Amino acid sequence: MTELLVVLAIGICASSGVPGLFLRRDSMTGQWVTTVLSVLGAALGIGAIFAFWATGLSRPIALPWSIPGAEFDVAMDGLSAVFLMPIFLVSLLGNVYGLGYWRQTEHPQNGRRLRFFYGTLTAGMALLVIARNSILFMVAWEIMALSNFFLVTTEGHKSEVRDAGWMYLVATHVATLCLFALFAVLHVTNGSFTLVASSQRAGSSGTAAAIFVLALVGFGLKAGVMPLHIWLPSSHAASPSHVSAMMSGVVIKMGIYGLMRVTSFLGAPSLEWSAVVLGLGVVSGVLGVVYAIGQHDVKRLLAYHSIENIGIIVIGLGLALIGRSLGRADWIVLGLAGSLLHVWNHALFKALLFLSAGSAIHAAHSREIDHLGGLSKSMPWTSLCFVIGAVAICGLPPLNGFVSEFLIYIGLFHTLGSTGGTSFVWAAFAVPILALIGALALACFAKAYGAVFLGTPRSEHATHAHESPQSMLWPMGVLVVCCLVIGTAPTVTMPILGRAIADWAPGLGDADSILAASAPIGRVGVMGLVLILGTLLGGIALWIRNRRQSVERGTTWACGYVAPTSRMQYTSSSFAQMVVGLFGWVLHPTIRKPKDFPLFPAPTSFHSHVPDAVLDFVVLPIFRFAAWLFSWFRVFQRGNIQAYLLYVFLALIALLLWS
Amino acid sequence: MNTIIHDSVHVVLAFSLPPLLLGVIAKTKALFAGRVGPPLLQPYYDLFKLFQKGSVYSTTTTWVFRAGAVVGFVSAGIAVLLIPLSGSAAPISFTGDLILFAYLLGLGRFFTASAALDTGSAFEGMGAAREVTFACLAEPAFFLGLLVLAKLSGSLQLSGMLGSSLATHWANAGDSLALVLLSWFIVLLAENSRIPFDDPNTHLELTMIHEVMVLDHGGPAFGMILYGAALKLFVFGALVVRLAVPMTVGSAWLDWPIFVAGLLVVAVVIGVVESTMARLRLTRVPVLLVAACLLSAFAIILLVR
Repeated sequence: MTELLVVLAIGICASSGVPGLFLRRDSMTGQWVTTVLSVLGAALGIGAIFAFWATGLSRPIALPWSIPGAEFDVAMDGLSAVFLMPIFLVSLLGNVYGLGYWRQTEHPQNGRRLRFFYGTLTAGMALLVIARNSILFMVAWEIMALSNFFLVTTEGHKSEVRDAGWMYLVATHVATLCLFALFAVLHVTNGSFTLVASSQRAGSSGTAAAIFVLALVGFGLKAGVMPLHIWLPSSHAASPSHVSAMMSGVVIKMGIYGLMRVTSFLGAPSLEWSAVVLGLGVVSGVLGVVYAIGQHDVKRLLAYHSIENIGIIVIGLGLALIGRSLGRADWIVLGLAGSLLHVWNHALFKALLFLSAGSAIHAAHSREIDHLGGLSKSMPWTSLCFVIGAVAICGLPPLNGFVSEFLIYIGLFHTLGSTGGTSFVWAAFAVPILALIGALALACFAKAYGAVFLGTPRSEHATHAHESPQSMLWPMGVLVVCCLVIGTAPTVTMPILGRAIADWAPGLGDADSILAASAPIGRVGVMGLVLILGTLLGGIALWIRNRRQSVERGTTWACGYVAPTSRMQYTSSSFAQMVVGLFGWVLHPTIRKPKDFPLFPAPTSFHSHVPDAVLDFVVLPIFRFAAWLFSWFRVFQRGNIQAYLLYVFLALIALLLWS
Repeated sequence: MNTIIHDSVHVVLAFSLPPLLLGVIAKTKALFAGRVGPPLLQPYYDLFKLFQKGSVYSTTTTWVFRAGAVVGFVSAGIAVLLIPLSGSAAPISFTGDLILFAYLLGLGRFFTASAALDTGSAFEGMGAAREVTFACLAEPAFFLGLLVLAKLSGSLQLSGMLGSSLATHWANAGDSLALVLLSWFIVLLAENSRIPFDDPNTHLELTMIHEVMVLDHGGPAFGMILYGAALKLFVFGALVVRLAVPMTVGSAWLDWPIFVAGLLVVAVVIGVVESTMARLRLTRVPVLLVAACLLSAFAIILLVR
């Protein structure tokens, strides 16, 4: 039943943008129709997931398909349900947000196209997570990848957007290529395209290694794991904010889903490969946040934070894999529970951050952090939403980010204890690294929140900003409530996670009870409530004291200077300077500053930029070299159709002779 | 019944002692300088006076500015309930409370830094940047130390890790514990903005860290910040004391005084460090913090090799 409802929801979402295509460019009617349809579709999908959690019933659908080996084979399980939830939720909220953010009347050129592909993106991803046939999986993967390309290039008239789109397209197709190879290898080993745990096995160690590497590269590219992240920052920055929210919150999680799905039926992986996954998580986590600190564009900053959070998710997954290699149930449960919960949490708070950043950008017409400032006074609700998202993404109590990091921390601490010769104590060194990631994220968001929303406005546009309409604020409000609920009542998520863990590692036993025994999640929620209550009481106490005594308003203390201006504020670049300096050995920042000041100083300028080392120093040189290497191939590229027909004919003859 | 008495003593001590530590540090420094110095209870008088005063708020600020003071105080106030003071468990103790402890202080830091940025002052922005940057290096050092304690005690509760069983580990893993002790003392100095990281008595805004972040606060809000900072000093002092003197006599009549005496010794040591050392140049601060990380890292490697 649930599968049928989800398929129905997918159908509605996929077609939600179609009526709009036939309606007038300059009226809002099409947008309203699309929004209503997609909200209906997503709500239906969410209802189906809740029905699945309540009843636990799964009725797989398998329909024949004319493509050899393919079947329209869909089924729900715990893992699919966890990933399906954010797809529908973020899509629903993003569509509502679009009513104010990307009004058809303001964007007659691309509004209809954006909403059409928003629907197909949702549908593609939802189909992806319930597909149980690898050809269907690939079809859904391509629907997702291509819809996403058209969403990134919504504003294709700008050259930076086109560049970002190209890079995205190349990266996603490299991923697709890896997946083709992956499923081919799986087919060769198992003789079927079915993606169900019982029908798959890893085969020899060489095949297992091939499967692992292909999955890691293919899905890692989509997830944006650190050396494979090159496409991510620019495409997140180039997209409209509700598309960025969808990409960062949900699309990159499809890479994580793929990794989890493939590892779920590989049996116990070898310890080395599991440790590689953990290591990749550590690298993504640290470098993601370090790069984020160096950014000047608020959306690029958030994009690098996606890489960081993917790193945290992968650390959890790596721990679970190590647990599987060594047969330690508690590591599996804690690692995977933390990882899955962080998938949700990141979808919630990153969507919240992108939507609130989008609201600020919409009002102040700039993505440059150092051109904003002081928006807290003109946009109090947006500011409140952003700060809540910031606290959540830093993993601070009492919000949801803390709960998932707490689970991963406990799991990593568990690796210190060894029983019966199975130990992998080196995993525990991820603990201080997670602490470093947390502290760096805090520094980064103190910078971002401070420079964008606090202080005084740094530009004309920021001075005249107005609060966004209700249609943009309500979706953010829903996300805030979700963050608060998971932060203060995390026990509600535990049965859902337990179910997914049981599906990922069959034969584990009772995941729920292991989770309850090793991590007192209920106490964490209670402490969150205590913290909120304490803060409220403290606030009331301060308010009462201030009411009884004189309260004056004055200018900010500037060491006696009484006319401070907004240009005297600490900029975000200055704020980040020390951290960027500390990590200069990896960031290679380019800084242009005035060399010496003459007796009569002339106007001068300061410029700093943090290039993406992997992209600028590794990938681009390799691609340029490859382009040079293959330039001799242009001999064959004559550009006239007769020559090409000749090639086809020669190839045909060669094939006939060979067979 | 016993736990209720124990918990009440914990709460009373934890909320009454912190300003005294500041007084002891000031007195020690005065003795070194050959002055009489302010009375030991001066910090209490200061706090009392601040809570009676009116406030001036900058026109630039919003609610975030006030939230900074409140959250900083409340998070330190909850953190103080998580650490064991004498041999028995803290009032709030559960598996993983160490993580909550560290992240509560992080929450306080986030809002204090945001409040500083809310004023739009270059000085306060500078202080906020320094505070969050140095914390990036102090935090791993602290967690590496926790790894050592977790490995030794096999517990994931602060009360178990710093409980009386730690005394037996000084015999068989004393080298590791000594390294952690040194590392955590450096973390204490850094997190509480003491010399050699920051001079709490300096009068030059350009060189301050913590003090410059709270330049614009006044009256009750400033009182909350000062009291919160004192609580934070108490919390870290208590960690160091528990680590250095984990043994318990078994009688509460003796254990509590031992703990208080240990805490006062830590305050005197801080005073001595402040009197005998100069402030580090800001660019040298990360080097010392990395050294603290390495000390703890060696400690854990000694254990798991």
